[in-house]
Amino acid sequence: MRGHGPESDIVMSSRIRLARNLAEFPFIRKCTPKDRTAVATAVHRALDSLPLSADTEYVDVAKLGDLDRQFLMERQLISHELNESQGARAVILDPKERFSIMVNEEDHLRLQVMQSGLDLESAWKRMDQLDDQLESKLTYAFTKRLGYLTACPTNVGTGLRVSVMLHLPALVTTKQIDKVFRALNKINVAVRGLFGEGSQFMGDFYQISNQTTLGKSELGLVAKVQEVVPRLIEYERRARDFLVSESRQDLHDNVSRALGILCTAKKISSEETMHYLSKVRMGVNLGLIEDVKIPTVNKLFIHTQPAHLQKLCGRKLSVTDRNIERANYLQLHLIKRSENEKN
Amino acid sequence: MKCQHCEKPATFHITELTEPSGPTVMHLCEEHARTFLSTDGTATPASALASLLAKQLKMEKVAEDLAISDKKTCPICGISFADFRKGGRLGCAYDYVAFEDELEPLLVNIHGALAHTGKVPTNQSGSPERQHRLMQLKSEMKEAITKEDYETASRLRDKISNIESDDESSWTDDALEEDLDDEDEEDDTFQAEPPIV
Ligand SMILES: [Zn+2]
Ligand SMILES: [Zn+2]
Repeated sequence: MRGHGPESDIVMSSRIRLARNLAEFPFIRKCTPKDRTAVATAVHRALDSLPLSADTEYVDVAKLGDLDRQFLMERQLISHELNESQGARAVILDPKERFSIMVNEEDHLRLQVMQSGLDLESAWKRMDQLDDQLESKLTYAFTKRLGYLTACPTNVGTGLRVSVMLHLPALVTTKQIDKVFRALNKINVAVRGLFGEGSQFMGDFYQISNQTTLGKSELGLVAKVQEVVPRLIEYERRARDFLVSESRQDLHDNVSRALGILCTAKKISSEETMHYLSKVRMGVNLGLIEDVKIPTVNKLFIHTQPAHLQKLCGRKLSVTDRNIERANYLQLHLIKRSENEKN
Repeated sequence: MKCQHCEKPATFHITELTEPSGPTVMHLCEEHARTFLSTDGTATPASALASLLAKQLKMEKVAEDLAISDKKTCPICGISFADFRKGGRLGCAYDYVAFEDELEPLLVNIHGALAHTGKVPTNQSGSPERQHRLMQLKSEMKEAITKEDYETASRLRDKISNIESDDESSWTDDALEEDLDDEDEEDDTFQAEPPIV
């Protein structure tokens, strides 16, 4: 995610996913190896006859090495399930990473559309078109009553999952996050939080998504998530303003130390990196750190993950070597930028 | 603290705030945390679904009824309802028909609704009933051929090609659309108090 798009100081990314199955085949758990291959072939063939195939790449995931699969997973282009499972499976990639289509995941097809910042409606529009195109060549398992039929009853109906990833460090710092999310729980929106060690100063990323898929239209589900997010943004902004006005010095000290560690450590784990990058990100957004740009921070979140580092080095690395390499990489990008910007 | 899935130290503490069973905290090592987070938002893990099912079925059914449900099998893919309960995944689209009585209360529990009101594909020939009918006819045709009853076989072949060419014929079964979605059932307003700032 490149750090632009609406509300991108708080919203990392918006994502929409559809689950679809082909009517002529059993669901994945009952697919024979032959069925899996036939599903993949049917999808590949359908894709080839569509205009969108010109810019996409069909990747046979079964033929990829561990590192390449993990790399795609870190970029969220494939899921853990697709990475780990056996047998014929594939991913169709858009070169700009605006969408990907997984084949033979939990369902025959998992379409996903990604977007920086908060823009669910246009993400849904693109998804709808992508789905229409594929559907013109494939027959989906569908009934009027239950909608699109999926391997897990939690996805039946629209097969739609709308999710928004938010960076909410100030709500965590001011200890208001639990209260906010307890309220969200009442309206059937799912929340997942990611905390690091010694969580009180660092819970940072939260994913908001719809919990149900049946009984509401796609736009209704999009609206449900869309409606909640501006309030969270508003609360986070107020909490940030509060922190700046009440404890500017402490906050400034805290985010500057975080940047200091990232710029000087000789060995650093990826969770420690995330922890400090999260603080730096807040520092940049609050104008307390001036010579780092948000897109740089966002890029570092992705590029300091294990498979990315190994790809950048062009070889497999042990955990210790990765920690050394990660520290080098961070310094290169966090220190170089100030020199670049001086020139 | 150790990771819940292996011996490595737990460095990620992930809170699933909206599991059906209430908030759950997971303590995971980096690797298992990545694995966990890469599954999409709320795709209820099979285990959570299984426990939801168990709870619900216990409430609504006596042991004998449950045993009867468990033995039901899908004529197309062959999984039993017990297989589904264990794995949390269905075997084919026809399971929604074969296990309709068992799945309905579960769907109500998960979604609070029983009727799709979203997108409809232009090509609507993918109904599981139609697939089932085709499968039945094809196996009858095979049988007729083995018995050298070619007259029956050719009649069946015509029936099959009729169904295969007629995209809309399968909708008769779906006429019984129950309308269970009372649109105003829940109040969607966001009730969080604003942070005290
Ligand atoms: Zn572990
Ligand atoms: Zn079945």
